[in-house]
Amino acid sequence: MTDAVAQDEVRQPAKELTVGEDIAIEMDGVHKWYGEFHVLKDINLTVNTGERIVICGPSGSGKSTLIRCINRLEEHQKGKIVVDGNELTGDLKNIELVRREVGMVFQQFNLFPHLTVLENCSLAPIWVRKMRKVDAEEIAMKYLERVRIPEQALKFPGQLSGGQQQRVAIARSLCMSPRIMLFDEPTSALDPEMIKEVLEVMVELAESGMTMICVTHEMGFATAVANRVIFMDFGEIIEQNEPHEFFNNPQHDRTKLFLSQILH
Amino acid sequence: MVDAAQTYEAGQHPDLPPPRSEVGVLGWVKHNLFSSPLNAALTILAVWFLWMLLPPLIDWMFLDAVWTADSRKECWAKMEEPEGAACWAFIKGRFQLFVYGFYPHDSRWRVNLSFVLLVMAIVPVLYDKMPGRKFGLWYAMAFPFLAGWLLVGGMETITGLLILAAVEALIGAVLVQLVCKMVFGFSPSYSTVYLANLIGNIAYIVVGNLLAYVIGLILAIVESVFGISLAMVVAIIPFISIISGFFLYAAIFGISISHPEFGPMGIRRAWQLALSAWIVATLIGLVMGIFGDLVFDASAYWNYFGLKVIDTDQFGGILLTLVIGVTGISFSLPIGVLLALGRRSSMPVLRILCVLFIEFIRGVPLIALLFIASSMLNFFLPPGTSFDLLLRVLIMVTLFSAAYIAEVVRGGLQAIPRGQIEAADSLGLTYVKAQALIVLPQALKISIPGIVNTFIGLFKDTTLVLIIGMLDPLGIGRASLADAAWSGLSREVYLFVALFFFICCFSMSRYSLYLEKKLHTGH
Repeated sequence: MTDAVAQDEVRQPAKELTVGEDIAIEMDGVHKWYGEFHVLKDINLTVNTGERIVICGPSGSGKSTLIRCINRLEEHQKGKIVVDGNELTGDLKNIELVRREVGMVFQQFNLFPHLTVLENCSLAPIWVRKMRKVDAEEIAMKYLERVRIPEQALKFPGQLSGGQQQRVAIARSLCMSPRIMLFDEPTSALDPEMIKEVLEVMVELAESGMTMICVTHEMGFATAVANRVIFMDFGEIIEQNEPHEFFNNPQHDRTKLFLSQILH
Repeated sequence: MVDAAQTYEAGQHPDLPPPRSEVGVLGWVKHNLFSSPLNAALTILAVWFLWMLLPPLIDWMFLDAVWTADSRKECWAKMEEPEGAACWAFIKGRFQLFVYGFYPHDSRWRVNLSFVLLVMAIVPVLYDKMPGRKFGLWYAMAFPFLAGWLLVGGMETITGLLILAAVEALIGAVLVQLVCKMVFGFSPSYSTVYLANLIGNIAYIVVGNLLAYVIGLILAIVESVFGISLAMVVAIIPFISIISGFFLYAAIFGISISHPEFGPMGIRRAWQLALSAWIVATLIGLVMGIFGDLVFDASAYWNYFGLKVIDTDQFGGILLTLVIGVTGISFSLPIGVLLALGRRSSMPVLRILCVLFIEFIRGVPLIALLFIASSMLNFFLPPGTSFDLLLRVLIMVTLFSAAYIAEVVRGGLQAIPRGQIEAADSLGLTYVKAQALIVLPQALKISIPGIVNTFIGLFKDTTLVLIIGMLDPLGIGRASLADAAWSGLSREVYLFVALFFFICCFSMSRYSLYLEKKLHTGH
């Protein structure tokens, strides 16, 4: 089955990917409701530093809601979430501390259209980490080079292609030197030619040891880089396993159904 | 010439020029004016209409008009037939009245200077390619107070006190440095001391005045309710002000704790600086007070500066319109933005207060608010106090405009996709920074047409002060028509007033288009 997922779309990582000992994220009995609708049911998840997790599942299964709870873009009503040692409660100070260490990349890029690419990237270091403008711009250029678009620094987001915009979005999050990166369907709004350039950046990021949680449908990426693939359906974590086992030996019926639908 | 029937190989077609009649002026005329028989007929009709209308109008307004005369009779005598042309002599004669109102002749240089300063303040705000724009913006913020002092005169105004604070800070800073050196043994730099001294002075004067006023108010109420005479207590008020000044200074200088200049002795140095500054400022204040009653009461002292006080009842004409219009526009925008943000806030009390304010203002006509300002406000304030009618009008007009701006800006805020705020949040920006750096720039840009629209409306609404007895250009026009020697020339008067308003409003409109074009960053 995994052969059908074109392996050559994403290059194989060059070195051993190690996972650390410390716990980066811990979710304990987490429930969430939107009004009457029970969107997350009893989520228990532990992510170690350096781990790469891919979350997949049908739409409406709560995957995006799950990762948005990690940086408090959504609030959970029951259970405990601890990120990098900080528990996420209503305490604003804690939330701000967590958000500095957790970067997020969105499906719709969410770049700031009234600022240039360079300003987009240097904004947070200047205003949150209180760096001087020259230092922030230096860091921004460094990450723009890392995502391979340094020549676009003075353009506005509206002048870039989708793949370029998403890479800028990744660079923008990286400029804050986060310890955890969250990806919410980063390639779902892109043309096929552009998906590859973004995935390459993400693979390279994974190789550098970043803790990553990715909601994505790109199973080639999962196979290449993930330590664990998690399948969610109707708000519950149905199954989680390392990629090879997950794709070749799904345990649950619902997992089998889902895999049969996407890996035709 | 290219043969239309010629064919080319796939991928070999050259770039050809378009046919002559489809582009350029001829092309435009053909497509827009004569594109169909109906359109051609309408074009001819329109041209005939303009031909019938324009030449007589231009004749009446300019070519046959009379520019010099001493009365209407004389004016009409100079024309072919009475009312056959415009009598601009009337406007020329009354021009000073239209522009300055009843402002005293010998002080009109102050109005002219204010106008020049206004232009100097507007340019950096409107055009960002100006070099040294940063200083221009600081100056623009100080401008309303400076102009207020220039036009009204006297030192009792806020500007007067601010100038006093600045002058004392200048002189006082030197003395403070001396005290620090001799008594405490360290020498802070002049600029540090001056800046902190200035802020301290302003706070001292503002809080001192406020405290004195509030305590005086309380004492007056207590006196009238309980019938006790509290004359003894009244004498203590100045000392309360002085003591309060110390804590203000301490607070200001507390900020300088982290200043590298003070080194490891930071906190102690800051307190010593505060003490020196307070002593110096109080001594200077007492010395100045000896030559008058108290620092804020010696009118004779203020006239030494040469700007005699001019009653705002004498403002009129274009001066009045500009004063109300510029003040209303420049203060209502920030207030309106804050109201809009407050209305969208998640704090229920703040939100309800903002909604109540906006809905109350929108539910009441501006004329009614002006009536409240002119007659009813006196009932709500303690007896004996009253403040200037023009100031009350300015406050009402500003609040009125702020409510409308709030709704326009709220519309703009609603148009910003949620993803922008989520992105800002995920980067760790606080609410204030996210709004200031990400949301408001985009929202204000979208709201420009609505905001400029409201401002243009506000500018024209200033004419409503007619109702409470203040004379704007329209009011002066109508008053002039009452003059027997010139009655009957209403067309000229109204045309002139309309021209003034049209020039101002059209300029604002054009500027708004320029702004939209400039801010268009391709999204």
